[in-house]
Amino acid sequence: MSAPVHEEPTSFAFDAESEARIATIIRRYPEGKQASAVIPLLYVVQKQMGRQTGSAWVPRVAMDVVAERLAMPPIRVYEVATFYFMFNTRPIGRFHLQVCGTTPCWLRGSDEVLRACKDAGALKGYGDTSADGLFTLTEMECMGACVNAPMIAVDDDYYEDLDYESTVKLIEALKRGERPAPGSARGRRSSEAEGGATSLTEAGQG
Amino acid sequence: MALSDKDRIFQNLYGFHDWKLPAARMRGCWDDTAAILARGRDAIIEEMKNSGLRGRGGAGFPTGMKWSFMPKQSDGRPSYLVVNADESEPGTCKDRDIIRHDPHTLVEGCLIAGFAMGAVAGYIYIRGEYYNESVVLEAAIAEAYEAGLLGKNAAGSGYDFDLYVHRGAGAYICGEETALIESLEGKKGMPRLKPPFPAAVGLYGCPTTVNNVETIAVVPTILRRGADWFASFGRPKNSGTKIFCIQGHVNKPCNVEAEMSIPMRELIERYAGGVRGGWDNLLCVIPGGSSTPLLPKHICDDVLMDFDALREHRSGLGTAAVIVMDKSTDVIRAIARLSAFYKHESCGQCTPCREGMGWVKRMMDRMVTGDAEVDEIDVLDNVTRRIEGHTICALADGGVWPVQGLIRHFRPLMEDRIAAFKARSTRLAAE
Repeated sequence: MSAPVHEEPTSFAFDAESEARIATIIRRYPEGKQASAVIPLLYVVQKQMGRQTGSAWVPRVAMDVVAERLAMPPIRVYEVATFYFMFNTRPIGRFHLQVCGTTPCWLRGSDEVLRACKDAGALKGYGDTSADGLFTLTEMECMGACVNAPMIAVDDDYYEDLDYESTVKLIEALKRGERPAPGSARGRRSSEAEGGATSLTEAGQG
Repeated sequence: MALSDKDRIFQNLYGFHDWKLPAARMRGCWDDTAAILARGRDAIIEEMKNSGLRGRGGAGFPTGMKWSFMPKQSDGRPSYLVVNADESEPGTCKDRDIIRHDPHTLVEGCLIAGFAMGAVAGYIYIRGEYYNESVVLEAAIAEAYEAGLLGKNAAGSGYDFDLYVHRGAGAYICGEETALIESLEGKKGMPRLKPPFPAAVGLYGCPTTVNNVETIAVVPTILRRGADWFASFGRPKNSGTKIFCIQGHVNKPCNVEAEMSIPMRELIERYAGGVRGGWDNLLCVIPGGSSTPLLPKHICDDVLMDFDALREHRSGLGTAAVIVMDKSTDVIRAIARLSAFYKHESCGQCTPCREGMGWVKRMMDRMVTGDAEVDEIDVLDNVTRRIEGHTICALADGGVWPVQGLIRHFRPLMEDRIAAFKARSTRLAAE
């Protein structure tokens, strides 16, 4: 499979799905405060780009469209799009592998998870996109799933309680076009102690 | 005496049961909320003050008092409640469980808190990475509207209150309340100078109170079971129950709601299966999220988990994220990684933070390898104290405290590392 080419588009327009989403977003903010919708609209752009091109990113022409829609100077939108880490201002791979490397995950073996991503995804390191255009690898700061460390996020989904083998398995599944269920790789429901919860165990719960 | 399950506020912390409205009602949520609101603003705030609840987002400010700062009479401007769900302090993953498994505790808490402070609407600012959690939260709010619990005449109380979810986009700084407000207004998340405080000039220039998710989500239960019930747990001024995130080198990492002032050792051994390799294999613990200085084993042996006890040991309860490190840990590297975190997350507004976090990180990187001089440890310590307290917000303080804690408790280890590096270099030069 050869890598898809993602060039800077010359124009951008919201599609029907995006317009429906935007209508619900704008209603949340008071009259005259529509600038509040800038982050939500940049998400709408990124999602639409993912749908249409297979690469979820925010091109500059789309920032201009957001600025026009919210009656903001374009520079204000550029500022926001570049300040917040979750907006990809350059094209990325089909799957965004986001490895948490902060201390809580590092203590539980995130170095091994990173090694697995590189090996299975054919990635040289952080910032790299694989030659087939499938994966982009990014180091994230703490993503807030620390009692299920180490973890990675694939796009919006958290995969937790990982080690080298389970990370390789996950990436191989993504290559086959499968989308494994998010959550613990060790069979935990969520944040309870492994092998049986240590609270909320008395009869009559729930 | 361990906390019994019936006294845990978050009955569905682990998601063993359904989060949706009918199941949440079975757990006691939304049980005659109108009667709580009928007590009136002053009575609710008084009850919150009596409960001793201190904010669960890290700073521990008394919640009832914070609410009382909101104007009693509107001067024409609306008031807002903003809920801080930008849970990003490394080690912290408690609000996530509330949102995805017990969202109606939060949604009902928003109505009650919003009423108590005279807010017309609430915004829940959730970190961007919690996408799936935000989907659950939006669905819970939609259910509440559908059932008449939000909106006009919310829950039949006669009070009108709207509630919205707003996603952030990956910036730790937006957990700082004024940066959060800036972000919610559609700007870069750069903290504002205080005063004016948000209770006077907050969101859209209007009176605003920003509270953490856990703080708001415990409110309905406190008002149902009473301030005395809540205050019966923990030591005076440290009362209540609290969700702890126990992680790192423990046998069974987990979140757990326990009583405040529980001994750290009991917390780790009762709920998280103990330290890997046994208690004597413990090196140190970061007791309250990445910003709180680490505590070596001899302090952990008998320290209590509350605001005041940890403060006495020059650390803090913070967000109650308990990061355990056993003796196999390279603790210098563990802290250096936190320095990298703060460098990455500095918003760049204040010079001591923008330049300082990078400088501290580069210095810590050299401490990891030992490529330094012993007196540079003093230089590092000195510089952290020139950064601390010299910025608009507390990010830089939180960035230097872990380094200060490392130097305070592990200076000999740092010196050994430097000596070993020198010995290696000398040997190589001689060969």
